[in-house]
Amino acid sequence: MANSRIVEISNLSKSFGSLKVLDNISINIERGENLVVFGRSGTGKSVLLKCTVGLLKPDNGSILINDKDISTISIKELNSVRKNIGFLFQGAALYDSMSVRENLQFPLKRHFDMTQKELDEKTISTLELVSLADSVDKMPSELSGGMRKRIGLARSIITDPQLMLYDEPTTGLDPISSKEISELIINLQKKLNMTSIVVTHDLICAKIIADRVIFLRDGHIAHEGKIDELTQSSDPFLKNFFSQEIINE
Amino acid sequence: MNLPTLIEGRNLSFKDLIHNFLLNISGLTIFNIEFVKQAFKPPFEISEIRKHMDELGVKTFPIVSVMGIIIGLVLAMQSQPVMQRFGATDFLPSMVSLSVVRELGPVLTALIFAGRVSSGIGAELGSMRVTEQIDAMEVSAVNPFKFLVVTRVFATTMILPILTIYVIIIAIFGGYIAVIITENMTFEYYRASVVAAIQFGDLIPGIVKTFVFGYIVGMVGAYKGFTTTGGTEGVGKASTTAVVMASLLILIFDVVLVKVSLWLWPTLG
Repeated sequence: MANSRIVEISNLSKSFGSLKVLDNISINIERGENLVVFGRSGTGKSVLLKCTVGLLKPDNGSILINDKDISTISIKELNSVRKNIGFLFQGAALYDSMSVRENLQFPLKRHFDMTQKELDEKTISTLELVSLADSVDKMPSELSGGMRKRIGLARSIITDPQLMLYDEPTTGLDPISSKEISELIINLQKKLNMTSIVVTHDLICAKIIADRVIFLRDGHIAHEGKIDELTQSSDPFLKNFFSQEIINE
Repeated sequence: MNLPTLIEGRNLSFKDLIHNFLLNISGLTIFNIEFVKQAFKPPFEISEIRKHMDELGVKTFPIVSVMGIIIGLVLAMQSQPVMQRFGATDFLPSMVSLSVVRELGPVLTALIFAGRVSSGIGAELGSMRVTEQIDAMEVSAVNPFKFLVVTRVFATTMILPILTIYVIIIAIFGGYIAVIITENMTFEYYRASVVAAIQFGDLIPGIVKTFVFGYIVGMVGAYKGFTTTGGTEGVGKASTTAVVMASLLILIFDVVLVKVSLWLWPTLG
């Protein structure tokens, strides 16, 4: 029987020089769950995502994705695990030298045996999910910040991943675009039945997306629960953090 | 592939600079070993290599054309009065062609190529690094080293010899223009003198070393770009240091390769 947990992180630690960013963190994520990771800047949220996808090697601990410990497996096995993971980077990380079409077809051409017609059909159908089918032949430099995020999202989901990682998906966007992106993420998650880990500062985004929230502080998980439990917490630090967020909201 | 991390900072001590120099050598060695490991494994990304040959090589033709004509012109113009003093102006075609074939053509083309291409690769890969495009490639289970580095190094290694042969031809033609201005020499005589002067042993070492120079240009640019840190400032540094490092290595390897070619073809001396 398949494990109901898609991600199992145990005792994860990561330091950069003398700075301990993550200290003995353990997180389990159920299939289909949306986990939001909150925390102040520099508390290791992005490092957590990068360790989860094998871009950074943890100092200690294990990260199991679909029961495979990505910190110990070979690069070939890691790549086979990565084929089931999508990652939306903070700046979308679109390949500047390629058109939107080439960006989306880049992973497909390398991992799937598809004809050009099938590639084009898949590209258009994925772009339709983010309402940008008419931008298929544009270059990334011709896109606005919100459009880049949507295209980045389309490129991440085009391989139908089981797990999506979002690094600050709404940073740098106006409140309306932020809300649209957050709604798009939750709609895609429902439509494609994905599991998501979302790193964000954005309370609106978290309220729309989160099934569960963890709050990182000083390299530890300081709080965990539903979003409303955290926003209504009597903890002075959380009160202060979320009051700032509510002002921004 | 674990590459060493250089010491960062604006005011580095002499000790730090030496430390970084040694780290660069170690990093470049690791990068070269990785290239050898990856270069002959499929997929070969032929269309990418072709694209880079066009971007990095074909678009360098205008600048090397100008350089080639000027080398030939200046070389002949400066040598003509001296040779005239010894009544040896008949040897101008041989002198121009041998200088260009043996040394000036390969080295100057490589230096111009390093200035244009090494910095370009350093800046392009550097900006891909700081905007997380290389990470995005890795996350999508594509080997960024193979896709970005191997293809560019292959392209520079293959295109530089072609550029050099072209520069040699253009420079010899430039020499002819200078000669006909001052000397009563027919094109037929000039051409016959050039063909008689250039031996197999002159041409082959000059061309063979451009493969090495092309490899250096691609490899150094890719190394500096791939290991960029520190945002847009880091991209600028990667681009500048790529040109400096590639130019220095070209000159150092030129000395080594001249020595090797003299050992292989003793008649060259």
